[in-house]
Amino acid sequence: MNSDTIIHSRGLAKRFTSKGQDVQAVAGLDLDVARGELLAFLGPNGAGKSTSLRLLTTLLRPSAGTAAVAGCDILADPAGVRSRIGYVGQGTSGSFSQRVRDELLSQGAFYGLGRREAARRTDELIESLELGPIATRTVQQLSGGQKRRLDIALGLVHAPELLFLDEPSTGLDPQSRANLWEHILQLRRSHGTTVFLTTHYLEEADRYAERVMVMDRGQVIADDTADALKAGLAGDAVTIGFADPARAQDARAALSSAVGAEARQEEDDAGRPVLAVTVPDGAGRLPDIVRALDAAGLPPRSAAAVPPTLDDVFLALTGRSLREADLASEDAGDADTPTTHDTSTTHSTPNEKAGRP
Amino acid sequence: MSSIVNDSFNVLVRELRPVRRDPFSLIFSLLQPLVFLGLFTPLLIGQSGAPAAETLQWFVPGILVMIVLFGTGAVGSNLQYEMMTGAHERTLVAPIARSSLLVGRALKEVVPIAVQALVIVAIAFPFGFRAHPLGLAAGLVLLAVFGIGLGSLSYSLALATREHEWLFWGVQQMLIFPLLILSGMLLPLEDGPGWMRAVAAVNPLSHLVTAERALLGGELGAPVVWWGLLAAVAVAAVGLVVGIRSMRRS
Repeated sequence: MNSDTIIHSRGLAKRFTSKGQDVQAVAGLDLDVARGELLAFLGPNGAGKSTSLRLLTTLLRPSAGTAAVAGCDILADPAGVRSRIGYVGQGTSGSFSQRVRDELLSQGAFYGLGRREAARRTDELIESLELGPIATRTVQQLSGGQKRRLDIALGLVHAPELLFLDEPSTGLDPQSRANLWEHILQLRRSHGTTVFLTTHYLEEADRYAERVMVMDRGQVIADDTADALKAGLAGDAVTIGFADPARAQDARAALSSAVGAEARQEEDDAGRPVLAVTVPDGAGRLPDIVRALDAAGLPPRSAAAVPPTLDDVFLALTGRSLREADLASEDAGDADTPTTHDTSTTHSTPNEKAGRP
Repeated sequence: MSSIVNDSFNVLVRELRPVRRDPFSLIFSLLQPLVFLGLFTPLLIGQSGAPAAETLQWFVPGILVMIVLFGTGAVGSNLQYEMMTGAHERTLVAPIARSSLLVGRALKEVVPIAVQALVIVAIAFPFGFRAHPLGLAAGLVLLAVFGIGLGSLSYSLALATREHEWLFWGVQQMLIFPLLILSGMLLPLEDGPGWMRAVAAVNPLSHLVTAERALLGGELGAPVVWWGLLAAVAVAAVGLVVGIRSMRRS
């Protein structure tokens, strides 16, 4: 491990018993994160994202494996890890009975800042996270977005070199979410903080994370930039429309041979016949495809190539869409993450804590 | 060790912040003891035929112990709430000793106990209740020591029952009411059956009540005071040991 590596783990695993069943929450995590990276764990509920974070932040003891975080071993020197990292969990970090400013001052004291230093840092964070108007309110009185901003501020009091964020934007409305991301990105620009987050929002991982680790059933199944993952695994969704089903049927063989992949006959949203096929660089190949169909006397009515999403990547990797995987884990009563999703504007209260047996 | 002292102090300061911001919350939680004081005293007077002042002299020390029992016995629910929201988890990731999260909280109990006890003493004053000043001071110390222990046990119960709020309150109520009645706080146990007196003899609360009666009445050197002190210290020691262990394991 060199000095530019801020997280290094080998074979990190966690198993626990839940409702009489042996669950392998994290199955052998090998991780190397360079200083300054912004990376995201993407995966459905119950994939082991939160449990992995809780292992790395010393909240849980691993069943097997080793990890060094910010230069300290998670088992031999948990206190060293804790003093160097910031952690924003899924829940609300501030106590409901405490005032916003008071919680920040207390947090500063917990991290060993003197009174003046804690007060200075508190005021700085109140300013930069726009908590000024609510600084004397109790946490109970805050909206979901305000609570989340306080959570982030609490995680930053000691200006950590590494910040863990567990589902930072779950339960926030789109505007609060965008606002939160602005703060996170600003933080990175100004301090070079390494940011490690979990999310099950595809757009979020796609748009902000420089490196995406796709997690499923306790294992990392892909690890690259979002673009590379999409280009390498999914390909563009090419859709060719036809005037009538018979013509679409006739064109199927021609299209399949033109792209070198089996085309499926489907209907679009308006019920019109289309042929669909997923191919790498579909947009670039679209002119050739149309020409080939024309030459075969089967002119298309429409042609489109839609770039893939990370959901397509997940589908290509696991055979399930993220949404299906989420629903399946909820049916199984799994609660790696709170079950409140984007529709809720208040932050959820996690009754079942992730990875806690 | 110095870091545990320092960390506990920081936790104590944090726990006291809401009290400082809203001191009247301490008065609101006096409602229950005041109901007992207001509605039970006339019954006691009616039953014994003794004058109000004399009855209060017997009853007020019990009320002070009741404040500790109800107020401090319930503080675990605050921690339980923080466990459910995520605030507790946040403090577990902070570089502070686990034990300080318990010790700082337990020490905080001293403040509400002292404030509330003095308010009750002041309310009873116009009705003829008189407390020996030194005895009152010593009595407060005894209550505080006991409160630290009981608070720790309440926090331990919260840690043990985790997110099961109903379980916390179920166990808490199941323990508190028998302890209350078997302490001779509300009605004298002298006329009760032998088995009740036998249980009361091993109930630390009954020793505490007896000691408070002696102290507030000015009998500072009475042997019952020493028994009360022993009971309070024992509860504090057991509470802290159990509490620190549960917090370290959490």
